Amino acid sequence: MGKLEGKVAFITGAARGQGRSHAIRLAQEGADIIAVDICKQIDSVAYPMSTPEDLAETVKEVEALDRRIVAAEADVRDRDALQAAFEGGVAELGGVDVVLANAGIAPMGVNVRPNEWDDVLAVNLTGVYNTVEVAKQSLIERGGGAIVITSSTAGINGIGGSQPGGLGYTASKHGVVGLMRSYANVLAEHSIRVNTVHPTGVNTPMVVNDVMQEFLQNDPSLSNAMANALPVPMLEAVDISNAILWLVSDDARYVTGVTLPVDAGFTNKK
Amino acid sequence: MGRVSGKVAFITGAARGQGRSHAVRLAQEGADIIAVDICGQIDTVPFPMASPEDLEQTVKDVEALDRRILAVQADVRDYDAVSAAVADGVAQLGRLDIVAANAGISELGTPTADMDERSWQNTIDVNLTGVWHTCKAAVPHLRAAGGGSIVITSSGAGLKGMANLAAYVSAKHGVVGLMRTLANELAPDGIRVNSVHPGVVNTPMVQNDAIYRLFRPDLESPTRDDAMGVFTSLHALDIPWLEAVDISNAVLFLASDEARYITGVTLPVDGGFFVK
Amino acid sequence: MAGRVEGKVAFITGAARGQGRSHAVRLAQEGADIIAVDICEDIPSVSRFYAGATEADLAETVEQVEALDRRIVATKADVRDYDALKSALDDGVAQLGHVDIVSANAGIFIFGDQSHLVSEQDWRDVTDINQTGVWHTCKAAIPHLIEQGSGGSIVITSSTAGLKGTPNVAPYTASKHAVVGLMRTLALELAPHSIRVNTVHPTSVDTGMIQNESTYRLFLPDAEHPSRADAEPVFRTINALPVPWVDPVDISNAVLFLASDEARYVTGLELKVDAGYTIK
Repeated sequence: MGKLEGKVAFITGAARGQGRSHAIRLAQEGADIIAVDICKQIDSVAYPMSTPEDLAETVKEVEALDRRIVAAEADVRDRDALQAAFEGGVAELGGVDVVLANAGIAPMGVNVRPNEWDDVLAVNLTGVYNTVEVAKQSLIERGGGAIVITSSTAGINGIGGSQPGGLGYTASKHGVVGLMRSYANVLAEHSIRVNTVHPTGVNTPMVVNDVMQEFLQNDPSLSNAMANALPVPMLEAVDISNAILWLVSDDARYVTGVTLPVDAGFTNKK
Repeated sequence: MGRVSGKVAFITGAARGQGRSHAVRLAQEGADIIAVDICGQIDTVPFPMASPEDLEQTVKDVEALDRRILAVQADVRDYDAVSAAVADGVAQLGRLDIVAANAGISELGTPTADMDERSWQNTIDVNLTGVWHTCKAAVPHLRAAGGGSIVITSSGAGLKGMANLAAYVSAKHGVVGLMRTLANELAPDGIRVNSVHPGVVNTPMVQNDAIYRLFRPDLESPTRDDAMGVFTSLHALDIPWLEAVDISNAVLFLASDEARYITGVTLPVDGGFFVK
Repeated sequence: MAGRVEGKVAFITGAARGQGRSHAVRLAQEGADIIAVDICEDIPSVSRFYAGATEADLAETVEQVEALDRRIVATKADVRDYDALKSALDDGVAQLGHVDIVSANAGIFIFGDQSHLVSEQDWRDVTDINQTGVWHTCKAAIPHLIEQGSGGSIVITSSTAGLKGTPNVAPYTASKHAVVGLMRTLALELAPHSIRVNTVHPTSVDTGMIQNESTYRLFLPDAEHPSRADAEPVFRTINALPVPWVDPVDISNAVLFLASDEARYVTGLELKVDAGYTIK
């Protein structure tokens, strides 16, 4: 019997990378999934973002586990679209127990693009706020639940460089920690737990692409700063999924308000 | 297949409470256990400590799961005794992968300026020096195994201050420093080091008159019921205390390969004590 | 113009030299009288790194404070010996009238071994002085502060090692974290008496504790006889600001602020004076 048998999880940014990994890992433990992703490019982001085909692949992989999944294209910046996607999922799968606010962008690059700052704040911070706001009533009605927000080592440390996109990335990832702590307090009375995870570099399309690698290599202080304490250059998405699985399961039923680094000792070493 | 199958865990303070719970939980997931406990009283501790019968019960509980366990009476203040217990355990069980530095005591609640020397010293010796001894004894064996996971039991009081418990709070902060140092030292060897920070846990260390009085100084003979409201007010979640297994589940996660890239982390398992 | 701590009396441990002397002088410049203690002895486990303070050092502190026309009562005492420490303080209070400021500054620095290789004696010495000694200092002073009824300020000298881990510095790091716990506890206990309790967290400070060949070798393990000039560029890399170390007076200025009424509502704070070391 899985750890999440009979539960429904709402996951943003689920088309690929960490979001897809979370969908699969939770489905392996018995959860049904409501998956959303923008499946489109944002102009200030230099690396290729997800596609409708990516989201279809997530659907296929969850269904291969004999779990149900409702997937919709929606931009976390657009509260109405997100609300509609959420409600579409709930109509089919029932109320939600788990929320993973995972969608995020990292508009860093050697060349600055217009709107980096505004876009990264809108997706990574306002998008998380929208995600929780859209879902929280459902959790309350279910009598409890768990929310995990994906922050970053850049949510604990001042890394990311001096360009608008990097500054905004770090600011947004710190910002969600404040959001988490407030939600943890205000939602505690409903037995809803709220925590953040803080990954170091993960082997996903957001990090493993020419633009990001050029950006990291261009600034020696930054590539040094990326060094983990454990002898591993990069984590796999499933390592983050395992931490999230623990946080949303009943194993962690009294864990709330916590910032959990999954970072190979990066933060402690700094 | 258990989540820590084939691994061996060294647990201090294993006779009862959280330590026993860790032993049982890790054994359920396939680990063999090296258990130590002082099984005796320290006279500045204002509640009854574990007995040899308690440790015997832990042995029974683990063996009932068909896991092997070596249990030794040892005081974490005595490095040689701790070191001998680990070495003996490794000789019998073959290896060492997991360390739960869990043994701890608390002193009688007293304003810091009025605390006597022995209360301070005993708490520091067990809760801080004892944790160092535990790690010191274990590291060579973890290295020999090619990696491992050390989980130090700190406390919510390792991240926040609490009035009238200075030695306890100091020692529980101190082990965070030790954890952060060890995490950096041992990372190249693939040994991870983290601390857990429980809220109020339903164990004999909490469920006793001395602790009730610490939290209800207004009453002469406060009971468990009298203390419940204060305990509840400490947590963001509407609970007076956590169960020992909640801490064990966190230790299990950190000890398992699911957390293979988690090190140097202070993990509250506290019902929202820290965030509140 | 009145000094920023005019009319107050400050109790300072480890006052014979280094940061402790600097605190005594800086507080005296701003009008405080001083109760100074120091062990004034070599500690065997420390001697392999740097020499201990001497009675001549403590006499020099006395001279510098008196040169500012402030009063000072200096006593040779070991923070590990509670009775000696208490009688030194009580004697100072008897002579100077009261105590308002406590600077728990005495500390030692031992390093070099991985945690599991540290000797029992080294662990014990660091814990006894850096942690139990700070508790003793507070324990001796608190009854005076409470009885006076006029509040007070306790400043505990922790370290950047009180906020993060560094390999091969386990006992020091554990002790400097532990005093943060003590500070947080005391801040809660003493708030009703308007006694404030804070920690300061210096990065490397230009004192004998780091300016010695053993410490240089920690940073330059391959050099045979590394000098201050050799160590300077390496020390510089650990701070965010472009300085290899800070001066004792930089810590004293933070202590002065926390001790003064300018900080009357500051308590329970970890104040970093670290040139950006911990955010780097």
